[in-house]
Amino acid sequence: MGLAGCGLSDDATIRPISDFGRQTQALYETVFWWTLGIFVVVELLLVFALWRYRRRVNDPEVPEQIHGHTWLEIGWTLAPAVILLAIAIPTMSTIFRQQAPPPIDALQVTAVGHQWWWEFIYPDLGFTTANEIHVPRGRTVNLTLTSGDVIHSFWVPRLGGKRDLNPGSENTIVFTADSVGVFEGQCAEFCGTSHANMRMKLFVDEPSDFEAWANLQARPARPDSAGYQTFLASGCAACHAIDGTPAQGKVGPNLTHFGSRSTFASGLLPNEREPLAGWLRNPDSVKPGALMPDLNLSEARLSSLLRLLEGLR
Amino acid sequence: MSTAVIGHGSIYAGGLRSWLTTVDHKRIGVLYALTALFYLVVGGIEALVIRLQLAQAEAGIVGPDTFNQLFTMHGTTMVFLVLMPLAAAMFNFLIPLQIGARDVAFPRLNAFSYWTFLFGGLLLNASFLFGQAPDAGWFGYANLTSKQYSPGMGIDFWLLSLQVLGIASIASAVNFTTTILNMRAPGMSLMRMPLFTWMSFVTQVLMLLAFPAVTVGLIFLMFDRFFGTHFYMPSAGGTPILWQHLFWIFGHPEVYILILPSFGIVSDVLPTFARKPLFGRPFVIFSGIAIGFLGFGVWSHHMFATGMGPVADSAFSIGTFLIAIPTGVKIFNWIGTLWGGHIVFKTPLLFAVGMVALFIIGGLSGIMHGSPPIDIQQHDTYFVVAHLHYVFFGGTLFGLFAGIHYWWPKVTGRMLGEGLGKLSFWIMFIGMNLTFFPMHFLGLDGMPRRIYTYAADSGWETWNQVETIGAFVIAVAVLVFFVNAVRSLRAGEPASDDPWDAATLEWTMSSPPPEYNFARIPAVNSARPFWLHKYGPTRDTSTHVQDEGTPAQSPEPGERIDLPSPSFWPLIASLGLASAAAGALVGLWAVLLGVAVLVIGVFAWALQPLERPGHPIFGEGGR
Repeated sequence: MGLAGCGLSDDATIRPISDFGRQTQALYETVFWWTLGIFVVVELLLVFALWRYRRRVNDPEVPEQIHGHTWLEIGWTLAPAVILLAIAIPTMSTIFRQQAPPPIDALQVTAVGHQWWWEFIYPDLGFTTANEIHVPRGRTVNLTLTSGDVIHSFWVPRLGGKRDLNPGSENTIVFTADSVGVFEGQCAEFCGTSHANMRMKLFVDEPSDFEAWANLQARPARPDSAGYQTFLASGCAACHAIDGTPAQGKVGPNLTHFGSRSTFASGLLPNEREPLAGWLRNPDSVKPGALMPDLNLSEARLSSLLRLLEGLR
Repeated sequence: MSTAVIGHGSIYAGGLRSWLTTVDHKRIGVLYALTALFYLVVGGIEALVIRLQLAQAEAGIVGPDTFNQLFTMHGTTMVFLVLMPLAAAMFNFLIPLQIGARDVAFPRLNAFSYWTFLFGGLLLNASFLFGQAPDAGWFGYANLTSKQYSPGMGIDFWLLSLQVLGIASIASAVNFTTTILNMRAPGMSLMRMPLFTWMSFVTQVLMLLAFPAVTVGLIFLMFDRFFGTHFYMPSAGGTPILWQHLFWIFGHPEVYILILPSFGIVSDVLPTFARKPLFGRPFVIFSGIAIGFLGFGVWSHHMFATGMGPVADSAFSIGTFLIAIPTGVKIFNWIGTLWGGHIVFKTPLLFAVGMVALFIIGGLSGIMHGSPPIDIQQHDTYFVVAHLHYVFFGGTLFGLFAGIHYWWPKVTGRMLGEGLGKLSFWIMFIGMNLTFFPMHFLGLDGMPRRIYTYAADSGWETWNQVETIGAFVIAVAVLVFFVNAVRSLRAGEPASDDPWDAATLEWTMSSPPPEYNFARIPAVNSARPFWLHKYGPTRDTSTHVQDEGTPAQSPEPGERIDLPSPSFWPLIASLGLASAAAGALVGLWAVLLGVAVLVIGVFAWALQPLERPGHPIFGEGGR
């Protein structure tokens, strides 16, 4: 691509990591070269006309009064039509290819958008996680998208195009990732105060790594008992679930295997003790507008909760 | 020949009362222009604060809530309070002059449109006084705009003022549609109309047909917020996507409402400075009509990411591609107009050519977005921000600036400085590209729109800094324009009636024109009546007429011309309308009070005699 020198980062859309993204990129390159060609020709014609036909000292009073040329008009009506046809045909075939039904053995994942975090449900594997979505390399994923509040949009630039998460209805994206790695994603539909902070990570794992991760996620939690009591006493269970315990709140992220995640607060912070303590002290200072309240935790409760969260692996 | 801009004998003379009661389309045009330029500064300052915040990763110049208010107000202001009214200023001032009429069809409705626009804009911006400016984007997607997710007053300010502004636009569209259809001078057939009037005509029709859709959408929203209905509430069986359809079936024609007047301006300016007729005139006219027509069939290309399914995606994609054909025809015809001309490089020509050059870029990225698989990558990223600014800034605003520089002498009777004019053009051209071109790269790099912050390791900071510098360069260009304008008004070189050697009727009259425009309604026998008059049919190879069609300028001594009388009532009526809207934020009694004022205003308006007794204008021998 001719865009290598434009300061694009590793997470640029033009470096796809799935069949979905590669189809889009191939189409984009086709259209890019057509439009670049048109751009160069038309702008050169414009600049040439300006230079060639600038008024000169010994010009007659008025130039020849030409009103038009029918064949030229027909020509430059038809030429764009032909070019557009050359763009429209691959466009149509890509649309239908990308929205074909998924194979029957596709991995089912449901993404639910919330202000301002992501819930990822693996219905066939029986667990729910947040803000970090794992998929195996080489297996087709049927990602179902919906929202718990307002409209959000699922977008991992290197995966391919975005798709909205609409409250009250479901969308899907079907893709097969082909490169192992961690890829940045972010909500792309303006969804309120902390829209900018609604980030996520896509982990494309080797199939064996994915299986190990999924097995871990499916196990019930073994929470630190003192920390769990603090969790209940502080009211956390009203919003958060820890599977395998009576804590089954559905408002905030499921915390069953919180300790196994690399980041928290919708990808804003690394999952380490200091940032976590800062978040628990005042969530709003990390993610403005966050629905998690400042619980005025005592230092004792705070360290107890930190022990709990770190232990939820 | 020329008179002082404001002074005895000028059409702009008179105190505050004369401005509050004016029904003269030229003075109303000037009011529109001044108001729009004021809001250009307001919307520009909002943009500069946005750019300052984004110049650094994780910056804290403004918080998320302020930032969301700023981009919402920037978009709403630039669309409804700058680009549309700046075009409306030109509709007002120029359409009657270009078609050989003494005023618009409904002069008082015209005043009502202006005052309603002014009050709508003030109501929108009054939200800042309460610290609760709208913050859901200029597109205000449901259900974020519901009471549940936007409990403050911001959305109420937004929807009420948009309703008021919509009424102003529809009233104005009725007025100009009627004016253009019914008030053309004898011989001014539709195909002889100047291109600015033509494209403005298409624009009026689009406004008439497009605004009702968003009005319905806003009424639903108003019911949801004020009366607890559930049009957009999925929890109660409503659907938020309905808003997107209603908004974009207005919103996409709105794009052409914003760009077509500039297409018209450029189609008038290029022939004047190339000293040739517009190349392929009928093609340029019909391509404008085609753009307006197709513009109603493509709204869902704003919604490819909502998941409409492959059939709808394909249909709206094909519709979008089709629009590129008439748009391309226009661009080729503009180049054809320059081809073989004797191009005179004055400031209006520079802005017009700049418009063509920049609009090409916005048009080509638009073709990319017309392809749904590509669009869903670029949708809601800075790539689209680049695209829309190449269309609205590079296209619409450069076109409007071409128009301002072109018709300034006619409006004010003074020339703008060429040096400062060219300086402001080049600074604006450089600043515009510096600000908006790198946005393509950021969009491809995955930077979404409408984010107040981004991670330090995102790699987006460098281009954002370049863009912020570019934004301030644009601000300098606008400042140079204002300096030029003030210098011209104070001590500019007096303008002749026809400083550019142009072809259309407005240049046949004095600068500024007399109150009655045409002492004698001209008889028109060509698309370029004034050119024909000056150079004769021999130089105009396609026009076969014997009569040179002199546009009459000298009235008979003692001749009487009836003009509509000034009236306070349009102002009172729109004050009532705006108060009723603002009253919805206070209580029912305030709404009823506003409605009462509106009713009184409308009745008094209807009962007041329409025309001033004819005044013998040349009893004293002319000016």
